[in-house]
Amino acid sequence: MEIIRIKNLTKRFPMGKGEFTALRDINLEFGTGEFAGLIGPSGSGKTTLLNIVGSLDVPSEGEVFVLGKSIGNLSSREAAQLRKKNMGFIFQSYNLLQVHTVFENVEFPLLLLKYNATERKKMVMDALEWVGLTDKEKSKPPQLSGGECQRVAIARAMVKRPSLVLADEPTANLDAKNSHHILQTMEKLNRELKTTFLFATHDDKVINYLHRKIYLLDGRVDNEEIVEHSQIIQS
Amino acid sequence: MKLALKLAYRNLMGAGLRTWLNVIVLSFSFVIIIWMKGAMTGWDYQAKTDMKNYEIGGGQYWHENYDPYDPLTLTDSHAPIPGEAKNEIDRGEMLAVLVVQGSIFPQGRMQPVIIKGIDPHQNILKLPTGSLDTVPEAIPAFIGTMMANNSRLSVGDYVTMRWRDTHGTFDAAEILITAVFSSDVPAAEAGTIYIPLKKLQQMTLLDNHATILTFRDSDISRPELEGWTLKTSEKLTHQVDEMIRTKSVGQNVLYGILIILAMLAIFDTQVLSIFRRQKEIGTYIALGYTRNEVVGLFTVEGAMHALFAAVLATVYGLPFLLWQAKVGWTMPIDTSEFGMAMAQTLYPIYTVGLVVTTILIVFITTAIVSYIPSRKIAKMNPTEALRGKLQ
Ligand SMILES: Nc1ncnc2c1ncn2[C@@H]1O[C@H](COP(=O)(O)OP(=O)(O)OP(=O)(O)O)[C@@H](O)[C@H]1O
Ligand SMILES: [Mg+2]
Repeated sequence: MEIIRIKNLTKRFPMGKGEFTALRDINLEFGTGEFAGLIGPSGSGKTTLLNIVGSLDVPSEGEVFVLGKSIGNLSSREAAQLRKKNMGFIFQSYNLLQVHTVFENVEFPLLLLKYNATERKKMVMDALEWVGLTDKEKSKPPQLSGGECQRVAIARAMVKRPSLVLADEPTANLDAKNSHHILQTMEKLNRELKTTFLFATHDDKVINYLHRKIYLLDGRVDNEEIVEHSQIIQS
Repeated sequence: MKLALKLAYRNLMGAGLRTWLNVIVLSFSFVIIIWMKGAMTGWDYQAKTDMKNYEIGGGQYWHENYDPYDPLTLTDSHAPIPGEAKNEIDRGEMLAVLVVQGSIFPQGRMQPVIIKGIDPHQNILKLPTGSLDTVPEAIPAFIGTMMANNSRLSVGDYVTMRWRDTHGTFDAAEILITAVFSSDVPAAEAGTIYIPLKKLQQMTLLDNHATILTFRDSDISRPELEGWTLKTSEKLTHQVDEMIRTKSVGQNVLYGILIILAMLAIFDTQVLSIFRRQKEIGTYIALGYTRNEVVGLFTVEGAMHALFAAVLATVYGLPFLLWQAKVGWTMPIDTSEFGMAMAQTLYPIYTVGLVVTTILIVFITTAIVSYIPSRKIAKMNPTEALRGKLQ
């Protein structure tokens, strides 16, 4: 089933007196359960595209449909609703709430969705189990390593079992060991929960895990590559 | 809203020292405002009570010519006690006072005085009239502390007093100070000498005359008496309210400054926190908040300082305020020099209205001051907030 459809997307930013075109005429589709990535050098427009898909920004031209909703036509309330219910975000710098415990951080999306305390407790503990952090529920982010922080962020993104997880350079601040760990975790969740993952990255470690690689260059789709299942198993 | 409260609570607790500094400053405002306003209320109450106890009872009839601010009118401001008053006077429910001008000569200096004739057996006013119920060789008299200090007179002193009778003839006699009372009521004390009413009536040849009729009960509706003006206790204590109101103006400026200081601290915290927590703001939005909801969250967070402050103020302020109400607040200056009814020690009175309005005012201003900087969030670009880009 199709989850994202991008049609003739162009994104321009005002710059000085003129405009800067960050994305040009992008056409892409993503189905449920994909493990895909936007790959490209710095400035190629990966984050910009991810932000539009994440309804944090709007297209300048063209249309982007996420779960059948046109991003450009959503009110801020509707966009917030879409993110709240259906999307998880994973950031390069984790973006955890520093004064909240691990449990509270992961619990946050469930509070927004008004789950009751018992449900929350169970779902948070499940999510912490997925990322292997059940023993850290009472810690606060400053007490955790970078890898652990990113695992908390994954748990937070996954706890509500969203249809779509957007991960912008999730490994940029992690060493190789931790990078592999969180990628394996995400791959497992992708397999088990059929969650669609869309990455933005230029990290080879990440690229090697992707099932679908979309190369961006100067705001255009330069190349696309689908990886056969057998190849993944080998790598 | 419940979620906002929960989040705000966690964020504030997490912010630690900064939160507590703001909360402490705010709680000071609470306690000081309630304390000082309470002292004002206490003063008002005390001044009125003292006035009732020592000067005006439950209200008065004044002879129509009587003007306490113009002693020269005293010669004409007396009349025979009206028949309607007789009954109450006999029952001790009303007190006739004759007021006459005179002078005394302490240490040979001449000092003008107001001589008040009062029934030694009265119990409407708390004046030590019992001390007049002696028959010494001189005329028994008592005075207030203010007068005693001024003319350096004390109990047991003799002093010459001069007065005019109704025909204008001067006469003089020795008086003996039999008591000195302290009342905090300038009008009852300043330049006033109390002697037995009968004696004064004889001295002035004004048998059965009076200037003021003071009654005990303020609740009975009083008839108009021909030639006399009815002065209810509300009317007579009105000047106290006026005085307190005048005094409160300066105080209100002080509260204003206090609140502004506290609000500056909150404002500063809000501005800083919106600036420093852009990434967090972006995260809230990514997690499904609208920008307006984030504005709400930050406003609640700021306003919650006032809630914490109210709790803290209760913890240390309540014992302090109650203790103050009990032991009173003693003025470091000599209040008798003030020329107005003010006790050396004020006992603050805290009314529910005072506490509620203070809390409301502080709460609402805190909320407003928290909201104003937070509005900026509504204009933030979520993607830039996420990047923590300065705006
Ligand atoms: N808000 C903005 N205003 C102006 N220009 C912008 C804005 N956001 C992005 N750009 C520009 O658009 C281009 C693409 O930016 P983007 O952040 O999408 O790149 P990226 O591929 O994510 O790069 P990186 O790997 O460095 O994160 C860049 O040249 C950037 O300067
Ligand atoms: Mg980027």
